[in-house]
Amino acid sequence: MTLDPASRVRLSLVPFTCLEGGKPMSDATMAAIERVETVEAFNRKGSLDQASASLMEVVFSRPASMTDTPFHYCPGCTHGIAHRLIAEALDELGVRERAIGLASVGCSVFSYRYFKCDFQQAAHGRAPAVATGIKRCLPDSVVFTYQGDGDLASIGMAEIVHAAARGENITVVFINNAIYGMTGGQMAPTTLVNQKTTTSPNGRDPKAYGYPIRMSELLSTVEGASYIARVALINPAEVRKAKKALLKAFQTQLDGKGFSMVEMLSSCPTNWGVSAKEAMDWIKERMIPVYPLGEFKVRDDEGVIS
Amino acid sequence: MINRPEPILMKGNEALAEGAIRAGCRFFAGYPITPQNEIPEYMARRMPEVGGVFVQAESEVAAINMVYGAAGAGVRAMTSSSSPGISLKQEGISYLAGAELPAVIANVVRGGPGLGGIQPAQSDYYQATRGGGHGDYRTPVLAPASVQEMYDFAGLAFDIADRYRNPVLILADGALGQMMEPVLLDATPREVLNVPKPWATTGMKDRAQNLINSIYLDPDELEQHNLNIQKKYRRIEQQEVRYEIILGDDADFFLVAYGTTARVCKDVALKARAKGMRVGLIRPITLWPFPSQVFDDLLEGKGNRQLKGSPKPFGFLTVEMSFGQMVDDVRLSVNGRAPVYFYGRTGGIVPSPREVLAEVEKIYAGGAGKPEKAGN
Repeated sequence: MTLDPASRVRLSLVPFTCLEGGKPMSDATMAAIERVETVEAFNRKGSLDQASASLMEVVFSRPASMTDTPFHYCPGCTHGIAHRLIAEALDELGVRERAIGLASVGCSVFSYRYFKCDFQQAAHGRAPAVATGIKRCLPDSVVFTYQGDGDLASIGMAEIVHAAARGENITVVFINNAIYGMTGGQMAPTTLVNQKTTTSPNGRDPKAYGYPIRMSELLSTVEGASYIARVALINPAEVRKAKKALLKAFQTQLDGKGFSMVEMLSSCPTNWGVSAKEAMDWIKERMIPVYPLGEFKVRDDEGVIS
Repeated sequence: MINRPEPILMKGNEALAEGAIRAGCRFFAGYPITPQNEIPEYMARRMPEVGGVFVQAESEVAAINMVYGAAGAGVRAMTSSSSPGISLKQEGISYLAGAELPAVIANVVRGGPGLGGIQPAQSDYYQATRGGGHGDYRTPVLAPASVQEMYDFAGLAFDIADRYRNPVLILADGALGQMMEPVLLDATPREVLNVPKPWATTGMKDRAQNLINSIYLDPDELEQHNLNIQKKYRRIEQQEVRYEIILGDDADFFLVAYGTTARVCKDVALKARAKGMRVGLIRPITLWPFPSQVFDDLLEGKGNRQLKGSPKPFGFLTVEMSFGQMVDDVRLSVNGRAPVYFYGRTGGIVPSPREVLAEVEKIYAGGAGKPEKAGN
């Protein structure tokens, strides 16, 4: 028995995706992976031991809601993780066949390539309005937007606030990486104070450029919002929390409770000018103090808000 | 509302809304702006009765994008506004055209530029007929001239939109929106053109992904996409031209006007005839595609189903509630073969038959000056 050559790619992805059924991989399995450097080396062994066999079944399978199209994102960018988490959530909730995604403008403009569900591409910032039109016409569909910080918190501020105020029964995935990625690293509404960008070359001086906007805090004050959480895609523990938040957000929609949003603190090593590892540290050390993690609003089954 | 075989009295805006609902419109998003407020108000009352959706959007921008979503989901969707609000919708209209989505947008035009006024105008002709937003696209434009046509054209607009997968504009004005006239509603439920929409995003189920999209980063792909929609526009130009010719049989001079001004000009033609001037009226109903052929028919003496052996006209007078926009299309159509005169009022002023008749008399007397500079 030999491994499919594509398995090499899968194995190399294991550290980011060492989750199956929400459980972390055992140390023994991790060690088994590290022993196998390439598929060729793996295949030279001629046979699979039990640990490896269970590894193939358990460690990694592409979610049914994902296509096999290679991501166009930069190395170290967390869009891939966010996409996978959404796909896993659609799988686990069994809603892929009635899901309709909204791609917005930014690096994720092509996100429709990676999901096996219907998609509409929305104008910059308008995804919540487009989602409103879809969901109101097809109330049994599961509608989600995937928006960056420029899209959601700058040009689309009116659309997101009013979609929340109307309690639109949609789920918003908000990627906050404190910068405009696709256009080449300009200042975003979420750019940190003193952070250097191509349009704040000396750092974001609040006197001239104002302050970063905290969208989760802002939207949690809106009556129509039912679930608001902020997570960070920086390590397996936090990725697990992100998945849980995403499942809760989609469940909020399935329960008909209204607007839900998960804000994901994400990396942009290319435009931050740092390595992938440094980008994770930067989120932890610089972003989280400004954008604290956690659930900001949860409406329970009785409609009680916590 | 009860179907009635006899006419009932309705406001233009209400007739438009009722016409849309009877044509199967089941999603409306709008924002308050005078003089079109009766449309969203009527929709807010009526949509729940037919199981449709009414959303008061936070802006015209959001409203047109809600329409984009609903149209992409395969539903007959519509928005309405007046001039400043229609400017805000141009982004969305361009996306609708790019993604080839059928939808209806009604503009109850008021005077501009800027905030302008709230009285009727025809100063959005360029915006309506030249695409309006960014990119190389066109939208069919229907110009009603009565409350009955406000009702009738709503359904026609949806049929054209579905047939070609393209947004369609209804270009009315504040007078048509606000005035009341008898309307003959369909006695039986209107037969709605049922165009299958296998491309709609309704949930993927077992089929391949449906995608509503207008981004093509590969220049070859984008050019091909543009060639495809241009082919569609040529088909629309072949098949959807509509116009009316009034008193054309023996006319040697034609007024050219649409919408409210066409009503004024009909009166002018009758008054002119009482004074011995054989004046006819060309009323474009589709502003795009523009009925250029009718000018060829007149000037080349060709047959036309609405003209029976008219003499070659010695000139045309275009009358608009603007400083001259449709007159460009008239000039392009006439192409130098006869003088084209212009008379316009703006700011919300509807030209009176008396002042237009005075222009006609000046032209007949040979005293209208150089055609290109004529006008008020």
